[in-house]
Amino acid sequence: MKLSIPSSSRKAVLLFALMLGALALVGVFQSWNLMLAILNLCLISAIMALGVNLQWGYAGLFNAGIMGFAALGGLAAMLVSKAPIMGAWQAGGFGVLLGVIIWIMSGILAYLIWLRFKGRRRYWYVIIIAGAGYILSRFVLDPAILRIESFEPASSGYLGGAGLPVLLSWGVGGILAGCVAFIIGKITLGLRSDYLAIATLGISEIVIFMFKNEDWLTRGVKNVTGIPRPVPYEIDLQSTIWFQDITDSVGMNVMQASSLFVKLCYTSLFLGVLLMLLWLCERALNSPWGRMMRAIRDNETAASAMGKNVTSRHLQIFVIGSAIVGIAGAMLVTLDGQFNPSIYHPLRFTFLIWVMVVVGGSGNNFGAILGGFIVWFFWIEAETIGNMLVYIITLPLSEGSALKEHFLSTAPQLRLLIMGLVLLLFLRFSPRGLIPERISNKA
Amino acid sequence: MIDILNAITLLANYIIVPSLAYGSQLALGALGITLVYAVLRFSNFAHGEMMSFGTMISIFTIWLFQSAGISIHPLPTALLAIPVSIMITIMLLLILDRTVFRYYQAQRVQPVTFMIVSVGVMFFLAGLIRFFIGTSKKNFADGERFIIKASEFKQITGLAEGVSIRTTQAITVIVTLVLVTAVFWFLNKTRTGKSMRAFSDNEDLALLSGIKPERVIIITWMLVGALAAVAGTLYGLDKGYKPFVYLQLVLPIFAAAIIGGVGNPIGAVIGGYVIAFSEAFITFAYKRFFTYLLPEEWAPEGLVQMLSTEYKFAVSFVLLVIVLLVRPTGLFRGKTL
Repeated sequence: MKLSIPSSSRKAVLLFALMLGALALVGVFQSWNLMLAILNLCLISAIMALGVNLQWGYAGLFNAGIMGFAALGGLAAMLVSKAPIMGAWQAGGFGVLLGVIIWIMSGILAYLIWLRFKGRRRYWYVIIIAGAGYILSRFVLDPAILRIESFEPASSGYLGGAGLPVLLSWGVGGILAGCVAFIIGKITLGLRSDYLAIATLGISEIVIFMFKNEDWLTRGVKNVTGIPRPVPYEIDLQSTIWFQDITDSVGMNVMQASSLFVKLCYTSLFLGVLLMLLWLCERALNSPWGRMMRAIRDNETAASAMGKNVTSRHLQIFVIGSAIVGIAGAMLVTLDGQFNPSIYHPLRFTFLIWVMVVVGGSGNNFGAILGGFIVWFFWIEAETIGNMLVYIITLPLSEGSALKEHFLSTAPQLRLLIMGLVLLLFLRFSPRGLIPERISNKA
Repeated sequence: MIDILNAITLLANYIIVPSLAYGSQLALGALGITLVYAVLRFSNFAHGEMMSFGTMISIFTIWLFQSAGISIHPLPTALLAIPVSIMITIMLLLILDRTVFRYYQAQRVQPVTFMIVSVGVMFFLAGLIRFFIGTSKKNFADGERFIIKASEFKQITGLAEGVSIRTTQAITVIVTLVLVTAVFWFLNKTRTGKSMRAFSDNEDLALLSGIKPERVIIITWMLVGALAAVAGTLYGLDKGYKPFVYLQLVLPIFAAAIIGGVGNPIGAVIGGYVIAFSEAFITFAYKRFFTYLLPEEWAPEGLVQMLSTEYKFAVSFVLLVIVLLVRPTGLFRGKTL
């Protein structure tokens, strides 16, 4: 028995140091502003990877709809923080509420019928009730939605939000994503393992379609901008006395300093959330609950023979993981200051997170975080690398030829290819990732 | 009486003809996914991109033929390009099998690991395709556009509604019929096809009876490559080629395969049509249909549309959920695991 630090954690420290070094290089050679911008997104990516790592690394669940949960979190950020638009509420608020109540009532009724009856009949009853509820709600909703969307369509055309502090939305986003995950998990967990993947893939596409089309709720593709910030605005900082004093004493430009300061505020907020979630995850996964989860992952049959309810444990961890992704989604929209459903692409929001988890080391929270950092960093820098590669490859082509122009214009797509290659190489040659899961024998 | 005929014609034009074409494309896609599932036992998330790759090769071949002046007017040049596309797509899949999938096959990893590997392949192919052909929309349907135009139909029959059949729609249905028949003949009648089914039913028993797994897997990838190339090209021919659409297409295709029973080829084909028809029936605006059938004073005011067209992917999802809740093995008893 050696009592020294295990080599894996030494490697982890080294890798994190290298990562921070790379970020520092960006700061020195490009700009500190850019460095902080990358760092903030690294932190958000790390939180998403943490959530997915819970699902995949600790329970072996394949969530192919990370995008949808992140978008739900984003919606929460928008709905919590924007001020309500009273005119729109007066125009159609009552109709929308009534419609939602009809949905809920018919849902409850359908559930009661489902419990009350047995056999083939109940399918038909449930379908009839759900259909009737839907048609009835359309009669109330359609005119109300029309009135809301025609209320000052150029500036609003939607209901607005609750006008609460935006920080609250991080929790709300988590809850919203968790609720949707619960429904999906309830339906698909316990069936074949790939049904969960396909169902999550489906729900994430539908969530995005909904956000793009339900203008009364999200303003659709017209975007909601100006989401209130949890941190001060640059303009306000520049005109405050104490801030001017500080920048004068350090000898920095006030404009630059204010932008750096705002980004640093975000960084500390995000870092706080990340560390809190990390602490919670580490505590949970080193507890008996975490050991049970890994036991289930490694051998479902044996675990269920021991009396563990595999399906409901899976549901639990799936909901928690999705909620963490929802929190990160809300944070992302807070950082952007706008909610735009068109930014959600599955390759960027679902499959890139998968690369992070696999590269970092599935089953290790520090690995997931490191993966989030490294992969996001390279996702940004791969654009430069791709452009350089294409430049070199197309050197023999004559200047101004159509083929050369074409490849130079599609060069940014190369980073998808690079990421795919990275994922495949890691799966093949280093399936346990950069910081592998710790397998300790101490109880 | 005329009103009833008009109503039927309306449905034929807006639901039956387009759904037959779309359903055929889905059926071919679902058949490919189900074959991978039956033999290699994983859900292939890269299938959409494999279809997209086949379409890209078709487009390049068409451009080549067009610049050489080769055409088969009034039929679209795509028909000439499809064999080339099939060959190259099969080559791609065999290379992928050799470099990527075979390793995991030998390790007998869990299906979930296979899924992630297919995600990696999807990522890689998506980048490759977009690098070569770009992201803009490309229409490559040439030749005669219509077999019968709505106006001609109206003239011939004297009805107020017309049915238009585009060449691409007819070609889609015919090619699908031929290909699906060929695949079923192959699976059921040839020795190789039978060995594939045996391998799918019970791998160990098949190995004991002397079936070579490498051969079965290579044949499967060849079939899948052919199906993916044709399905992708037909879809692109019908609706125009946009690379990112094929990622979204994976959902209805998976839904079709699951509704039919994963691993069951007949089920996959029927599932494709079930999805296409339900999408069309649910997102169709019935206003004119009811105006024909109902007495004048009952004519509806709104569009009488159950779900707006943007949500057609939601239809396949809801069908998927219903099947999972009620009959997880699918309509035709696929495999469960």
